[in-house]
Amino acid sequence: MLSATGLYAHGVVAGYDHRRPVIDAVDLAVAGGETVGLAGPSGSGKSTLARVLALLHRPYSGTLSIDGHLVTGYRHHAARALRTRIGVLFQQPRLSVDPRMTLRRAIAEPLRAARAPDVAARVRELAELVALTPDLLDRRPHEVSDGQLQRACLARALALSPGHLICDEMTTMLDASTTAALVAVIVDYQQRVGAGVLAISHDTVLLDRWADRVLHLAPTGRLDPATGRDRGERP
Amino acid sequence: MVSADTELAVAELAVTGLSVRFTIPGARVAAVSDVSFTVCPGECLALVGESGCGKSVLAAALLGFLPANAEVAGHAILSGGGTPPLDLLTAPDRVLARTVRGRRIGLVPQSPAAHLTPVRTARAQLEETVRAHHPALRRPREHAEAVAARAGLNPSDLDRYPHELSGGMAQRVATALALVGDPWLLIADEPTTGLDRALVDALVGELRRLVDDGHAVLLITHDLAAVGRVADRIAVMYAGRLAETGPTPAVLDTPLHPYTRGLLDSLPDRAFTPVPGLPPLLTDLPAGCAFTPRCARMVPACGQRPTLADHSGHLVACHRPC
Repeated sequence: MLSATGLYAHGVVAGYDHRRPVIDAVDLAVAGGETVGLAGPSGSGKSTLARVLALLHRPYSGTLSIDGHLVTGYRHHAARALRTRIGVLFQQPRLSVDPRMTLRRAIAEPLRAARAPDVAARVRELAELVALTPDLLDRRPHEVSDGQLQRACLARALALSPGHLICDEMTTMLDASTTAALVAVIVDYQQRVGAGVLAISHDTVLLDRWADRVLHLAPTGRLDPATGRDRGERP
Repeated sequence: MVSADTELAVAELAVTGLSVRFTIPGARVAAVSDVSFTVCPGECLALVGESGCGKSVLAAALLGFLPANAEVAGHAILSGGGTPPLDLLTAPDRVLARTVRGRRIGLVPQSPAAHLTPVRTARAQLEETVRAHHPALRRPREHAEAVAARAGLNPSDLDRYPHELSGGMAQRVATALALVGDPWLLIADEPTTGLDRALVDALVGELRRLVDDGHAVLLITHDLAAVGRVADRIAVMYAGRLAETGPTPAVLDTPLHPYTRGLLDSLPDRAFTPVPGLPPLLTDLPAGCAFTPRCARMVPACGQRPTLADHSGHLVACHRPC
């Protein structure tokens, strides 16, 4: 299992209080090129699981491997080579962009941090990918809509060409047209680079349409074993 | 549960030719242009459109919440309640504060958790509102609990602080606060944003119950699935103008405007294809139909702005309806 391309979690227990873990003994596999949906009611631990998989939250126990590499550090201790393999999109774009940065600067941030060459050209390319016009790139978050800001967040998440994308309730704040547009950008990216996508949402209509298979997290923080079978041929 | 039946008979909000412009450094924003509609007790009108189409500005205009750099034109006549008809757009803030907000029009806000005071319990905030609206009441506590029950809350939930409330419960507290003054009209501004599907369904059920009780609801939203379950009529807004209005089944099943059709096609249980392109900047609207740059059905006439034309109760502003 460790040699395969993909994101693998085994027996993950995590939370904010040792006596009451939020997620319990979760096994999850997102192979390269695959889209896994994760559904569950508010408070079932979907976002906590997303944070663990994005190396933003250290689990109490369990193991996580990315493309065959065992994860040993989380947050600031995460190895850069692993951290940059994962792109994350959050529910609230307004809370995930520095309000002082223009969209152009926000999209460039991971490129600068990774000392990527030719940042300006790459930002233009990313902006085109998510259909952000140049005039929008020079605005700050308060001057654009939630939909436009989430487009910028997607561009930022794709900046370092991650092999894995975690979308945590990415569409909650968006209208139907923007949702369809961003999902289309992700599916297109996935087909080009063979990335694995974990799509977390409470909208099961959306997940049934988008994901190859859908897992359900129960209020106990355990995955419902009856779910997650392949849906077979897509409509 | 609206107080006087006589009020219901004549109550109405009639908006005609409403326009809102903002002046910002170097530009004028045409946020709302020439919008007309009416809402009466016992009906829910949904105002739908992409974010940034002017929906929330319209709600702010009706409640007198626009910032100082806004210019407003048109009329929004509120009648009923045993007082002479009042134009909400020209009424002084004092009149709106004392006779309209909370009393004749209640606001169910977006992100209710941010709308509540974090340092006081839901009960304290609800009882304060009860005392302000009904100073003669001997038992504000019982009244507060009765209103809370109408919004779908248990009395025990009221003893929590806002951070201890789930999103759905915070939404119900906000709805209860809007109901305290017995307004016949509720304006719900994106009330379902950020709620999960079960909570959206519960909220939609509550709004529908209020409508069947004799309230009017102006529901401002981009959630088309919720609209289909609660609204009697739909008004689709695009770039500050009404593109299409009509009864809910007609608009959802046989949309006439290409934009409405595109919006419906973007739903995951329909085609799941987005409307191409981005909405126009409200500072730089095209001279003709604002949807032209994204429209596949464009004809030369689209260079002229279309007016709303009636197709037996289903109105559309398009030179080449679907």
